[in-house]
Amino acid sequence: MRDEQLLEAIERYLNGEMNADERREFEQLRMENAEVDQRVNEHQQFVGVLKQYGERVELEKRLNAIHQEIDVHAIEEEVAIRPSWIVTLWREHHSKISVAASIAIFAVLATLFVTGKMDNNSSYKELKGEVDRLGNKTNTLSKTVNDLKNVNRVFPQEQSRGTGFAITSNGLIATAYHVVEKADSVFVQNAAGRVYKTKVLYMDRKNDVAILKISDTTFTGLGAIPYTFKKASSDLAENVFTLGYPQDQPEYGAGSVTALNGLNSDSIDYQVSIPVNAGASGAPLLDSRGDVIGIVKAKETHMEGVHFALKSNYLLAAVDSLSADTSVSTPVLNTKNTLTGLSRQQQVKKLQKYVFMVKVY
Amino acid sequence: MNKEFKTSTPTDSEIVFGILNNSESAIKRLYVAYFPMVLQLIINNNGSADDAKDIYQEAIIVLYNKIKKGEFELHSKLKTFLYSVCRRLWLKRLSQMNRYSGDLHDFQDFLPVEEEVEDQAERNMQFSKMQSALGMLGEPCKTIIEDFYIHNRSMQEICESFGYTNADNAKTQKYKCLQRLKKLFFQQK
Repeated sequence: MRDEQLLEAIERYLNGEMNADERREFEQLRMENAEVDQRVNEHQQFVGVLKQYGERVELEKRLNAIHQEIDVHAIEEEVAIRPSWIVTLWREHHSKISVAASIAIFAVLATLFVTGKMDNNSSYKELKGEVDRLGNKTNTLSKTVNDLKNVNRVFPQEQSRGTGFAITSNGLIATAYHVVEKADSVFVQNAAGRVYKTKVLYMDRKNDVAILKISDTTFTGLGAIPYTFKKASSDLAENVFTLGYPQDQPEYGAGSVTALNGLNSDSIDYQVSIPVNAGASGAPLLDSRGDVIGIVKAKETHMEGVHFALKSNYLLAAVDSLSADTSVSTPVLNTKNTLTGLSRQQQVKKLQKYVFMVKVY
Repeated sequence: MNKEFKTSTPTDSEIVFGILNNSESAIKRLYVAYFPMVLQLIINNNGSADDAKDIYQEAIIVLYNKIKKGEFELHSKLKTFLYSVCRRLWLKRLSQMNRYSGDLHDFQDFLPVEEEVEDQAERNMQFSKMQSALGMLGEPCKTIIEDFYIHNRSMQEICESFGYTNADNAKTQKYKCLQRLKKLFFQQK
């Protein structure tokens, strides 16, 4: 009973219900008895929390009532940041888009694989002249030439064309095998526009080399060949140049030997950095001294400015085998180089006379 | 004209004095004025409209208590204070849910309000202890305690509504109830 009475006294004290005497007496007790003092503080604190809790519950009720009256949905519509349509599209459909993309990539790879486009060999594109592209031009030109020269021969449009160059002054001409491989008849045309009929004497598919002989009756010989043929291999970075007939006019191109092996490390070829065009197949490749070091043959389609030329010793081997394969006696090659020491312009000017456009019908 | 005045944003001093005078309309105007701002913050940062309601009411309570205690200084704006508290509370909630991406999309300036938010969390914990203690107390103790201490009803009224034959019996009952409530409250960790 003692404790209950104490609590009642505490409550009356805290609520200010005591009269002045009681109050003085209780405060005296509180000062003398630390336990009582502690009980007062404890009770005050606990009842405080209880009252605050009650107030909180009340306040929450009021706030909930206010909240009921707000049209939350309308405000939500207003304040939400709308992502752009493409973001929405991606969020909603990203799995489908990913699947579609994977299928597309797979399909492309599969197609490339099946069609053989991923095969290395297919990148090897022969430098055969494309007649479609040049058709009209050539027609006009051959007519003009005929008119000018009063030659009563009419040349139909050739099937393909390339370049060739003289090996001997009596009309042996070297070119690339792929230029003449499907030839019915082969003609050569010099820088002045004269056309001569030729005969294919020798063809080597493996090394891509062919030798023609001018068989035209109007042909009277070429005069001394100004260049010689290099037997040894050239050095890397050797300055080289070429002269060919990708179009109706001879085109000069210069560059250097960039590799001593050709495509896929093929040792019969040089790799050169000359911007040659289709139709330059069979053109001579010369070093700065004026030695023929190779025959231009093909370009790597995947890389710009990378071309290949057959090394000159394979041309010499072809010339050597001429006598064995054919009835022609072994030709005597020029050994006196008259290009050495000349300026490049002079070299090209002299060379022009011995480089021919090869027209295949 | 009248309607327009009602929906317009109330001034800060109107609200503060309204709350100090226990004005019901002051709280309502405050609540309506800034709810859209908080809804915008929450729903654009991985929250729902219900999250916004919880967070906003919590912040209103913090502000209300601060004003009631006379601690709110009018040099900081009510709007900024509410936004800052909501922002802090929502960051806390997000990291509790492990949904915080480290980047909050902000719409307003904000103040450091860590202290207020921590005090509030402390009080909330005491209140939830009190709530469960009262829940475990059972009737008629719960109603007696609530009537006497929260609703400030006199022992005479309580005595009558519970049909006690005399006030002393009621007092004894109330004493026992309070002792049990204290025990239940302090037992909880």
